[in-house]
Amino acid sequence: MRALARHISALGALRAGFQWSPSGLGLVPALTLLAMLGPVCAGLLCTFLPAFGILPAAGLSTPSLDPIAALLDWPGLGAALRLSLTTGLLATALSLAIVTLTLAGWHGSGPFRMLERLLSPLLSVPHAATAFGFAFLIAPSGWLSRLASPLTGWDRPPDLLIVQDPWGLTLTAGLVVKEVPFLLLMALAALGQVDTRRRIRVAQALGYNRIAAWLKTVFPAVYSQIRLPVYVVLAYSMSVVDVAMILGPSTPPTLSVQIVRWMSDPDLAQRLTAAAAALLQGALVLGALGLWRCGESVVARLGCIWISKGNRGASDPVLRPVGLALGLLTAFVVLAGIAVLAVWSLAGFWAFPDALPQSFDLRSWSRHLPGIVSATGTTVLIAVLATLLALALVLGCLEAEYRSGHSLTRRGLWLIYLPLLVPQTAFLPGLQTLLLSLGADRTLWAVVLAHLVFVLPYVFLSLGDPWRAWDRRNGTVAAALGASEWGVLWRVRLPMLLRPILTTAAVAVAVSVGQYLPTLLVGGGRVPTLTTEAVALASGGDRRAIGVYGVAQTLAVLGPFILALAVPAVVWRNRRGLHV
Amino acid sequence: MTRLATALPLLAALLAPMPVLAADPDPADWDTVLQHARGQTVYWHAWGGSTATNDFIAWIGDQVAEQGVTLEHVKLADTADAVTRVLNERQAGQNDDSAVDMIWINGPNFAAMKEADLLFGPFAENLPNWQFVDVAGKTVQSDFTVPTEGYESPWAMAQVVYMYDSADMDPQPSAEAILKWAQANPGRFTYPQPPDFLGATFLKQTLIELTDNSDTLSKAADDADYAAVTAPLWEYLDALTPVLWRSGSAYPATGPAQLQLLADNEIDLAISFSPGEASTAIANNQLPDTVRTFVLENGTLGNASYVAIPYNSGSKAGAMVVANTLLSPAAQARAQDPAVLGYGTVLDMEALSEPDRAAFEALDLGIATLSPAELGVALPEPHPSWMTRITEDWTRRYGSGK
Amino acid sequence: MSEALILHNVRITRGGVPLVSIDQSIAPGEVLTVMGPSGVGKSTLLSYVAGTLAADFEATGMVCLGTTDITTLPAAQRQIGILFQDDLLFPHLSVGANLAFGLRPGGSRAWRNKRIETALSDIGLTGYADRDPETLSGGQKARVALMRMLLSEPRALLLDEAFSGLDAALRRQMRSLVFDRAREMDLPVLMVTHDADDADAAAGTVIQLATESMPAPAD
Repeated sequence: MRALARHISALGALRAGFQWSPSGLGLVPALTLLAMLGPVCAGLLCTFLPAFGILPAAGLSTPSLDPIAALLDWPGLGAALRLSLTTGLLATALSLAIVTLTLAGWHGSGPFRMLERLLSPLLSVPHAATAFGFAFLIAPSGWLSRLASPLTGWDRPPDLLIVQDPWGLTLTAGLVVKEVPFLLLMALAALGQVDTRRRIRVAQALGYNRIAAWLKTVFPAVYSQIRLPVYVVLAYSMSVVDVAMILGPSTPPTLSVQIVRWMSDPDLAQRLTAAAAALLQGALVLGALGLWRCGESVVARLGCIWISKGNRGASDPVLRPVGLALGLLTAFVVLAGIAVLAVWSLAGFWAFPDALPQSFDLRSWSRHLPGIVSATGTTVLIAVLATLLALALVLGCLEAEYRSGHSLTRRGLWLIYLPLLVPQTAFLPGLQTLLLSLGADRTLWAVVLAHLVFVLPYVFLSLGDPWRAWDRRNGTVAAALGASEWGVLWRVRLPMLLRPILTTAAVAVAVSVGQYLPTLLVGGGRVPTLTTEAVALASGGDRRAIGVYGVAQTLAVLGPFILALAVPAVVWRNRRGLHV
Repeated sequence: MTRLATALPLLAALLAPMPVLAADPDPADWDTVLQHARGQTVYWHAWGGSTATNDFIAWIGDQVAEQGVTLEHVKLADTADAVTRVLNERQAGQNDDSAVDMIWINGPNFAAMKEADLLFGPFAENLPNWQFVDVAGKTVQSDFTVPTEGYESPWAMAQVVYMYDSADMDPQPSAEAILKWAQANPGRFTYPQPPDFLGATFLKQTLIELTDNSDTLSKAADDADYAAVTAPLWEYLDALTPVLWRSGSAYPATGPAQLQLLADNEIDLAISFSPGEASTAIANNQLPDTVRTFVLENGTLGNASYVAIPYNSGSKAGAMVVANTLLSPAAQARAQDPAVLGYGTVLDMEALSEPDRAAFEALDLGIATLSPAELGVALPEPHPSWMTRITEDWTRRYGSGK
Repeated sequence: MSEALILHNVRITRGGVPLVSIDQSIAPGEVLTVMGPSGVGKSTLLSYVAGTLAADFEATGMVCLGTTDITTLPAAQRQIGILFQDDLLFPHLSVGANLAFGLRPGGSRAWRNKRIETALSDIGLTGYADRDPETLSGGQKARVALMRMLLSEPRALLLDEAFSGLDAALRRQMRSLVFDRAREMDLPVLMVTHDADDADAAAGTVIQLATESMPAPAD
């Protein structure tokens, strides 16, 4: 008996290494990486070649430097590069500063919880709608100037260059308004993993004021956690197209906008120039990331000196109100922007300087309703498909990670962020060319797959933490009670994580709804969504139409968020253990 | 028909890998066209920036639905997107089912597509409603001096007018007068940023005003006289730019964006390519009812809007049905109604039946619309190469951040 | 029917560093108490026996229930019950559904409901089937967790600091409840604890695990 047992034990040890049953789940991470990075890499390759004059589809196969020469010959290049660089760096630095100041002064307080509740849903408002609202607010003929006119005596809008200023300041401000909620939520997730309260308590006990205590003890830990999201903000701000078309200057525009213009030029040579510019855009973003990285170490060194000096900080009475005011201001701008969109969508004739239209009617809504209904149908269909695919893939990855016990490495995290770090304008043109030559473009599925590239990272980021935070002992107990691995997943883990899963789904829908460039380029115009229709209408500058579509866009993303809050509240109304 | 006979083999030779040509419907055999069209979906790529136009296209969709054709309006931010699309498709070997079945087109885009053999045709003069088109009185057979040869079908006439707020200024007789007025009222005038179509139109209109030699403009721009011919234009713009809205450091992106500036009282004067646009905009609450229009004493540019069908459309018959419907007296009268669109008709009133003519005569053209007599004669467009070159030059001079 | 739980030459290492080494047999109705400072690998040993050892550990040896080798069986098929310091009632299920989760499949709906009612009255919670577990007191939750585990008809019982979360009075109560039930059902019990009172109450063999070379990170 004993000898037999000893004999078996060797085999057992061997098999113990493969305790998780191979069930096809092992393939999911590979499939996810393919869905996320395949289009990016293929797109980059198909951008790289035309930049050097190679476009086999057009019969061009001799490498040449002409496209690069043409790019360098464009008179607006210097200004466009400077513009992309300064708006990107400035928007990122400002957003980070506002988030840091708000958190340092107020995290954990009552006003902060209010601000958090205000900003979280705003994260989902599409960039285009935010930008339109912002423009309608601050333009010389905008709402603020109208409201101020009784004081200023303006009966005509002042001839001030606010929107589309050549320094890109309005563009920067518009980006900050949109990135603050994003960074704030990322920072909040990171704070969950840092023992903030004790660090602050210790520092305060040593006589440090709140902001100094936070900056010196918490910020370094938080920043190392949100470094990648900060990079995403930087890369995004430098290469955004729709916001830059609405708020950015046009003489010349940013490099990304110019790339899209060249892409749509009937002259074939311009597509090669666009490819060369796309490469330059990629290099510019890389350079800016490098610059930011250098800035990080400078700030770190200065910070160490500052910390070792031992100043307890005395500017709290000034900085705390400023932090809260800036946080509230961003929320106010987005909300007021949506409000002014809504007012325009209902406006009859509205002359300057009237604060409100002469009359309200539903004409704009009724004339756009058929278009909105059909665009909403397409938008929702794409968003739901992309969301379901992304959820299935990410849940598969997380479950495979759980079962195999191999958790995500630092390098893995970079891979997840990669689609968000590579500028859209650098790989989408190539992707369009590729899909076209495969005859696979302008189908709904092609658009869904293109959206998946951008939806997947957000689903990963949104679901990863709650998934890993789940108490594994629940799985042990369920297994000990006889539940199989799939039984544990379906009967215990997914129901317990219903709330974060639905929130993630809402985030995914919001990301999909907001996609402009992928939908336009891959859909070939045959897949009209609320966002592409809104930006097309925007080219006409009809504020009532923009108002209608902006409000529709906002509703399309807020709806899922409301559902994500309501469904668990109803389903688990008698389960206090699942309330937050 | 003889033109068709010579063109087909030529086209076939140029676009060798195109087995689809054989299956193309014959525009001369209209009954067969109608038969083929039934059940087809036509993706009409047309600029989507104007709510009024979008509504009109939707109405056309209702009309062709009765003939079994489904019309889908693909709203473009820029017509060039559709041209690029077809070009890409040919590179990718997509020769029989384009994403584009019909394009609202004219000028350089038409010239580029015709030059590259990307268009189906000739078909326009075989359409049944062609019989009503005013071939003699309106330039509908040449587009920016390029002969259309039936490769595009006209559907609306356009002529440059200036919209002004009569509460703030008086009509101006010439480009020089506009400059003087602008210098006296800085910041109250602008134009859409070239290469926007309307912005480019402003440049051409001004160029024509300032050049004595309009013959040169009807031929391709060549290096020899380009600099000399355009010198007065740049001199004019150098003087105008500092007194433009925002001192010329920003421009509205498009015509409707410029219209919005007029509505907000940011500017008093704006250019339009549609004599009825101001009246339509007033009716739609988009402009104050003090806006009126004027034309210059020496006349203003005029041209036609067309629709063309890409060589690789999978719904050519359906697209021809749409083009024909656009030429119907009912659609034309609707387009001319300022409450709908306010576009000039391409039809000859004399060729219409009595009730159809009455429908046109019953239209109230609106308070801001000039009568045909007041509009005067429309000046011909310069050769497309002029537009291409002056917009490029404009971008270099004023659009590159100097 | 009842069989011993045999840990035959079990050695658990992490990255080549030895952690736990044990060779013991636990007779039916007996309790083996494993004690030792935290970080010594007590819980790791339990997860090895339960079949949920994390991938960064390596283990050799054999776990048997009587003559059945269960070393390579998935956790779900081992029929080894486990109780943790926390009750770990599933928060999305009612009290009754938590018990039904444990109850072996089979039998009519009426019969199953009857079993659950009986089980509830057995632990003094008659009529609690539809309650939200979160509305129960700590002692009530602990009893439900125990009953859920017993309904799954385990062949052995693992206790992972099962009584540490309870106050002194409750603790005594739960201890005697658990040990009485285990003895009644003739289950071998493997308990890890750092509380000497637990070991005294178990009245069985006690072994001390010492740090072999260097302590592993938190277990």
